[in-house]
Amino acid sequence: MKKKNLLQRAIIIGVVTVVGIYIVIGPHGRRPHFKDFTWSGIKATLAQNISLGLDLKGGSHLVMRVKVEDYLKRLTEDSATAAQNAAKDAGFDVKEARAETTGGNYRVSLQVGDPSKVKDIRDAVEKKVDLSDRTGWSFSSSGNTVSWTLKGATQVALGESATDQAMKIIESRINAIGVAEPTLARHGGQNSHEILLQMPGVQDPEHVKQLLAGQSHLELVHVVSPPSPAPSQTYSTKEEAIASLNSGGNIPTNRRVLPYTERSELATQGANPNAAPPKKWVVVESPAIIDGAELRTATANPARAGGEEYDINFALKKSGADKFGAWTGANINEYMGVVLNDEVKSIAFIKGQIFDQGEITGRFSKQSSEDLALTLRSGALPAAIEYQEERTVGPSLGADSIRSGVRASVLGLALVVVFMLFYYRGSGINAVVALLLNMILMIAGLIMFGATLTLPGIAGIILTIGMAVDSNVLIFERIREELRSGKTVPSAVEQGFGHAFVTIIDTHVTTIVSSLFLYVFGAGPIRGFAVTLVLGLLVNLFSAVYVSRTIFMWLLTHKGKRVESLSI
Amino acid sequence: MIRVFRDVNVDWLGKRRIFIGLSIVLMLAGMGTALYRHKVHPNGSEAFNLGVDFKGGTVLIVRFKQAPSVEDLRAAISKAAIKDALIQPVLDKKGQFLVRVPHQGFEESQTGESQAGVDAARDKVREALNSFGAEAEATKSLEEDAKAAYKIEGTDAVGQIASKQLRTQAIAVTVAALIGMLLFIAFRFEWTYGAAAVIAVFHTVLVTLGLFSIFQIEINLTVIAALLTLVGFDVNDSIVIFDRIRENRKLYRRMSLYDVTNLSINQTLSRTVITSGLVFLSVISLVLLGGETLRPFALALLMGIIFGTYDTIAVAGPIMVWWEKRLEAANKLPSLTPRQKGVNANVSREERARSGVGKPSRAA
Repeated sequence: MKKKNLLQRAIIIGVVTVVGIYIVIGPHGRRPHFKDFTWSGIKATLAQNISLGLDLKGGSHLVMRVKVEDYLKRLTEDSATAAQNAAKDAGFDVKEARAETTGGNYRVSLQVGDPSKVKDIRDAVEKKVDLSDRTGWSFSSSGNTVSWTLKGATQVALGESATDQAMKIIESRINAIGVAEPTLARHGGQNSHEILLQMPGVQDPEHVKQLLAGQSHLELVHVVSPPSPAPSQTYSTKEEAIASLNSGGNIPTNRRVLPYTERSELATQGANPNAAPPKKWVVVESPAIIDGAELRTATANPARAGGEEYDINFALKKSGADKFGAWTGANINEYMGVVLNDEVKSIAFIKGQIFDQGEITGRFSKQSSEDLALTLRSGALPAAIEYQEERTVGPSLGADSIRSGVRASVLGLALVVVFMLFYYRGSGINAVVALLLNMILMIAGLIMFGATLTLPGIAGIILTIGMAVDSNVLIFERIREELRSGKTVPSAVEQGFGHAFVTIIDTHVTTIVSSLFLYVFGAGPIRGFAVTLVLGLLVNLFSAVYVSRTIFMWLLTHKGKRVESLSI
Repeated sequence: MIRVFRDVNVDWLGKRRIFIGLSIVLMLAGMGTALYRHKVHPNGSEAFNLGVDFKGGTVLIVRFKQAPSVEDLRAAISKAAIKDALIQPVLDKKGQFLVRVPHQGFEESQTGESQAGVDAARDKVREALNSFGAEAEATKSLEEDAKAAYKIEGTDAVGQIASKQLRTQAIAVTVAALIGMLLFIAFRFEWTYGAAAVIAVFHTVLVTLGLFSIFQIEINLTVIAALLTLVGFDVNDSIVIFDRIRENRKLYRRMSLYDVTNLSINQTLSRTVITSGLVFLSVISLVLLGGETLRPFALALLMGIIFGTYDTIAVAGPIMVWWEKRLEAANKLPSLTPRQKGVNANVSREERARSGVGKPSRAA
């Protein structure tokens, strides 16, 4: 062991230690001041440097799932209606259109009158409706049934894009309500259709939850009714409305029966405005004239100046305005309904051609009208979302966790230090130095990689304390063995490190392998645990092997002469 | 010099029948209890006391200024039509309770959630608790809000689909980690070594799970993390011994595998016990001071360390030796296996031929 080698090692260790300590307690991104190195200054920068997980600093953690099956179901149903209309428009006889959406299969099928025309019907439908092979539907026919089935790969692709779209919409809603430092990310594997939202500091996510899940699916529809001046046709029960369709109790695919809460009559009659308005039913045409996708903007405004009730005004995009303008121009005196979330909010007859402005009236409170306008502006979610996980941690609970975590770490460290000093005496100091350095470098590593410290992460640190000394125990026990077999001190140290090193590498690699599994497959809190454990083990190769060995080298050389004994 | 063990010379493998027997009894006891609970449900218990992570449902942490009795709390909560709620006072935090609400299938009418999502249990429990006074405002702590009587400090709610996903994921990760270990040890040593280590670890995992079933300790995500840590930790112990066996086989070419294994276990015994003891110490501090949240995690580690240390000596070694002998017997003509104890056992021709089984060690 040469002097020069020792000096080189000492310099490396010194630099790493100083850099490590600075990373932990020094301020980042600005010049350090003298007061940064006072006790309170260190505490403040430490709190800034280490990013704490939600379980330690408090906040909400929401996992939501996009109900992609609803999205695919609606797509299939809409396609069935469109296919029937397209076939009829081309002059074919279609008896029935069905959308089968059970058991993960999505199929559109038409019962046609003339089985010999199957090919023509297919061409006619696929010309107008996105049911071709290219868009992911596979065609089949048997007898007088023609059907299109959504391919598995397309289901996956559509599901993914619906989830991505939902995530964008959720992001814009969160930004609109001003949640501080939110984290939004895809969650779980492919096909889980899950989105993770973390909101630090939000203790009660109820309002945010409602706002995000808010469906706000707006449609403008043609109400089936004799034209004005006759009053709009409404029914007092759903059954009555269905009976009016004369289709044997079924609702044909080109019609919908929707509830309608009439409010204008109440106001004119001067009845008690708090009484629940009577619910009526109306029949509307399907598909809608235009829907929320054509919306350019929506705002909440008081219905009357200074009034308690609010309306929502909306404006349409260019393409929607063109469609709407054409329809209103052709349907003067017909009744049109504004449908929000499958409920008719208002019915009005068309006085003249309207292009791009409209209004939803419906006795909204200020809060609910603003929420609705916001969800309308951000666009409709492609499908409903449901919450799969909701975890909230109040700040005092987080502080409790930090306190107990720190206490447990200190106690664990103290117990280990006492044992090492007692059992290995002089060399125990060596192990303790290595252990403390391990702690510092591990925290420095956490800060450098921007990893967040969670409660399981603290558990990982405590466990690392126990596992880190394992390397020293292996080395020391081996050195003792070599000494017992009669070797001189320098060669015992040499042999001890040499033999123990192979074992240390093997044990470290196995633990790192299992931690990698934890990281790759594990959910949030488990990841934090895996990160600290892996960092601790990597650092340990430096602190318990390299640093320990250097200390031994120094002990063996600085006395100048041959060393006869070792305190171990 | 203080030494735990002085020149130990125990014939560990000679006691393999006792060890393996004991292990089987422990495993059967745990699995038997789990099966019994699964079939009979004594006192309404299940095979495992799964936490909300794996079963779905909601846990709320509620803190009161004036702690009501558990009975009052239970009465108030069941009055709000919440079924089978469990109320557990937090021992080291005064006025704090854990309220566990199993999945109820409440429908959140406003958002039209299906039954697969999380319950609106937080709202329901809040309704129930309002009979004790108001909740502290969201922006204020319980102490800051003079009018408040309680505050919901934390919630953990998991829906049906997510809990099922987490359950499958937990099993998949554990199995994947075991296979990863097996491959790594097979790469560094031999298949038999890897298999022996993995069987030993699997045994520890089963025994720990069995104890969790017997004592009905809650199994949540962090317990799975603990089990996976055990997998790593336990394999470490086996590897230390295997490394020694590999080294000793080169040093003592005339010695039988049986004796080399015994010798290696004895030589590394002090390390095994000291390390386990040290990890034990740090885990004990976690059990004592880590708080309610980490307790199941710490308990899993504690049990695992005890059985992990035991199985390295009692299970991994014997299985490895037995397996190697079987391979040997299959490769060569049947011969007498040396049963003699002690370091200077007779060496059979077969064993001489098979000396240096392990791949060359870098230390040599």
